[in-house]
Amino acid sequence: MSIQTQIEEKLQALKPTVLKVDNESHMHHVPPNSETHFKVMIVSDRFEGLMPVKRHQQVYGLLSEELAGPVHALALHLYTPHEWEARGNMSPASPNCRGGGQA
Amino acid sequence: MSATVDTIKQQISENTILLYMKGTPQLPQCGFSAQAVQALMGCGERFAFVNILDNPDIRAELPKYANWPTFPQLWINGELVGGCDIIVEMYQNGELEPMIKQASSAASQEDNA
Repeated sequence: MSIQTQIEEKLQALKPTVLKVDNESHMHHVPPNSETHFKVMIVSDRFEGLMPVKRHQQVYGLLSEELAGPVHALALHLYTPHEWEARGNMSPASPNCRGGGQA
Repeated sequence: MSATVDTIKQQISENTILLYMKGTPQLPQCGFSAQAVQALMGCGERFAFVNILDNPDIRAELPKYANWPTFPQLWINGELVGGCDIIVEMYQNGELEPMIKQASSAASQEDNA
């Protein structure tokens, strides 16, 4: 299993409503196809009422094995559903068809 | 308790604003440390730093002590504020500068007392 998949599976523990794991290793000084640098974006109500440090520590706790091993850098962007909405990063629902082209 | 942990405790208690980083503010050796330094410098207050590349003991021990696996780490008033993502996000949403300014002025008042 790739490290990326492993990270994605372990983070399911946070019951994320949005989870995005990007391998950014190619942006760093490592061999091609490395899995060393990741960016993770999570929206979860588990972060409600928690300071940023505590949120990050939750994720670090889940990924301690990966961080002690192959993963060298982990960029984290962690939001509650409210914060995510306030940021306007909700992908807007696609509009319904209004009948154009039927005429 | 190891001597290294004692050193860490001393550093975070003696320096109101302290950044553990890779390299120096003038010459950061890692993109994440560079971003953290840039945000901190944007706040306009003096801060202390420890180059963990020159201090392998601290590099090994601090992640365990802090429950924080990566660098940089920003400590204010003896408490971990966060790493690069948190520092940059707090800077961008305007929370970092007042926090830094408040810590800095409280520390200088203490010095003058």
